Amino acid sequence: MSEKTVLLQDTTAGSTTGTSDFFGVFKAALRESDLADNVRLVRVADMGVYNQGVVMTILPENITYANVEAHDIKRIIGVTLKHGNPVKDLLYQPKFRQMRLVLKNCGRLDPGSIDDYIAADGYRALLKAVEQKTPDEVIAELKASGLRGRGGGGYSTGLKWQFTREAAGELKYVICNADEGDPGAYMDRSVLEGNPHSVIEGMLLAGYAIGSSQGFFYIRAEYPLAIERVQKALDQARERGLLGNHILGSDFSMDIEIRLGAGAFVCGEETALIASIEGKRGTPVPRPPYPSVRGLWGMPTCINNVETLANVAPILLHGADWFAGIGTQTSKGTKVFALTGKVRNSGLVEVPMGTTLREIVFDIGGGIASGRAFKAVQTGGPSGGVIPEKYLDTPVDYDNLQKLGSIMGSGGMIVMDECDCMVDIAKFYIKFCVDESCGKCAPCRIGGYQILNILEGITQGRGTLQDLDRLILIARAMKMGSLCGLGQTAANPVISTLAYFEDEYREHIVNRRCPARKCRALLEFNIIRHLCKKCGLCARACPEKAITGDREHGYSIDTEKCIHCGVCFDVCKFSAVERI
Amino acid sequence: MEAVSLERAESIVAKWKNKKGNLIMILHDVQDAFGYIPEHVARRISRLLDIPLARIYEVLTFYHYFKLNQPGKYKIAVCMGTACYLKGSPEILEELKTILHVEEGATTSDGLFYIECVRCLGCCGLAPVMAVNGTIYGNLKKGDVVDIISRYSKEG
Repeated sequence: MSEKTVLLQDTTAGSTTGTSDFFGVFKAALRESDLADNVRLVRVADMGVYNQGVVMTILPENITYANVEAHDIKRIIGVTLKHGNPVKDLLYQPKFRQMRLVLKNCGRLDPGSIDDYIAADGYRALLKAVEQKTPDEVIAELKASGLRGRGGGGYSTGLKWQFTREAAGELKYVICNADEGDPGAYMDRSVLEGNPHSVIEGMLLAGYAIGSSQGFFYIRAEYPLAIERVQKALDQARERGLLGNHILGSDFSMDIEIRLGAGAFVCGEETALIASIEGKRGTPVPRPPYPSVRGLWGMPTCINNVETLANVAPILLHGADWFAGIGTQTSKGTKVFALTGKVRNSGLVEVPMGTTLREIVFDIGGGIASGRAFKAVQTGGPSGGVIPEKYLDTPVDYDNLQKLGSIMGSGGMIVMDECDCMVDIAKFYIKFCVDESCGKCAPCRIGGYQILNILEGITQGRGTLQDLDRLILIARAMKMGSLCGLGQTAANPVISTLAYFEDEYREHIVNRRCPARKCRALLEFNIIRHLCKKCGLCARACPEKAITGDREHGYSIDTEKCIHCGVCFDVCKFSAVERI
Repeated sequence: MEAVSLERAESIVAKWKNKKGNLIMILHDVQDAFGYIPEHVARRISRLLDIPLARIYEVLTFYHYFKLNQPGKYKIAVCMGTACYLKGSPEILEELKTILHVEEGATTSDGLFYIECVRCLGCCGLAPVMAVNGTIYGNLKKGDVVDIISRYSKEG
């Protein structure tokens, strides 16, 4: 019997889905069937199948099962592992084929094994580069591929490398920006945890191209597993002579170390990130000079995002033409999105540039989970904007999203339904930026705070129509006057929600109503008589004693006393409290 | 106690002494060791690295991750990322505060629980999410919170 590998989808949240037990049960079943030596059971972080229970892929047959239960194990062992046939009713059938370049091996390889990576053509691009290509040829290849930065800016990676190579400096640095700060996005985390070597190979290629001998991973301290796996991968690479002096027997020498972020969103901005690696407060400085000329410790520095670097080795291996053949005119290759929010299938998706938002949200994401109406999709995190239903057929690329008032950003994609209030969303993002503003420049520090106050007023029912003009005025000032990307884009969520959902703002201001029923201060609560079971739970829970009545006659809410806290709505077990 | 922690701090500084830009990495190691950055340790680092205490303080207070006070035994991190926010993490936070009678950023009087809000735990697919000492609880409903807390309080 031939050797088989079983990949079992496992996340750090395995404990809540029961996957960790499943691993043990499967292992025991293998031992019982005397297969423990012939079958390799590997837990993987992300196979791209979500909300489908326990998922496993059996290699070399490449059979994927979803929603596997413990009682299915016997059949899987008997039919598939012993005889190589599929168990038909367990087969996973994807509705829409994603295109996985960056995530291809996340979940297929054991992230703790450099041998797995090497067996999957890993480090071959590096070998090809140091043996057959000059640094200039590597850069030319990247430029021809059309790869643009995946961290948000969308700048040509090849050009960035070229400028860093041409800049004068006795030392040069490569930095991998793994300070994934967008709340609601986790693409980089999954790549670092699922295939750390692919990013290391990208960094080495960057180092070779620009003439650097030292690289740094700047990783969020909030991602302990990613840090652990990258460290292990670096140690393995060093042991194999892929890091250190004379890499692969060539004249190229480079080492890579890890530096940790400490919870500051602004450190995703490249000059702030550099200050942080230098051990200082992460405050940005004006550009130019760009880091490619004057970066870390004053030396030319090339900063690339995790996903960008993960694209580099495949490009050099398969050629620029292959990569340039994927995507749209201005945006090449694929993009990984963290599709989350109210969508049925939350998770990471990787699609060719040019896929429409509708395909992503409805075909891959399965539409809105609750069956309610779709309202908007938010891309680009706190620097991005919302896109309403009527633009869903827009092909996603850097330029199209910008035209719609949003940005590609790092790849957060949050789906909202009719229960999400756009004013509240704008408030959420601006609050985030107020908390994260470093305070160095006034437009960002003061402007953000003022916008937050105005939005707070609108959601509390204290808004006026002049507030809408004021919001636009302040937002423009922030865009023009702020020092770094954080401040310049912080008002984007406000601008875009106002552009597409001005009616909703007006409804809050003029009629003191929140159409999404989210802003509690604007809601009236009422007890529906025929649903009320007269249990009295709401009356006991009300902090203002605004609910009166007794178990015989039922209860009612005194709207004068009510502070709109919504506790009665939350505690009622019979849905007898309504929000108007 | 203080002597022990200072010894520990000295070995951490020694490990990073020759690296450029080492301050943040030293503070990370110190926080890993003690759970927060004790003042007397910060003073010793200042002497060992020959940099003013104010420089260390400005870095400590800039980054959300570093703590100046000892947190409780169980650190509860409530995710306030966008996906979690939309799916109701503010209610999870309220529930925690009600059950534990403590505000965010503070520790319960018995020293057991410490509540904090974090930006994003990176498991948006499981929103809303909270973590207790790194163990992730996903797809939370308000009613789950009480069970999770009682599991930890029983252990003490």
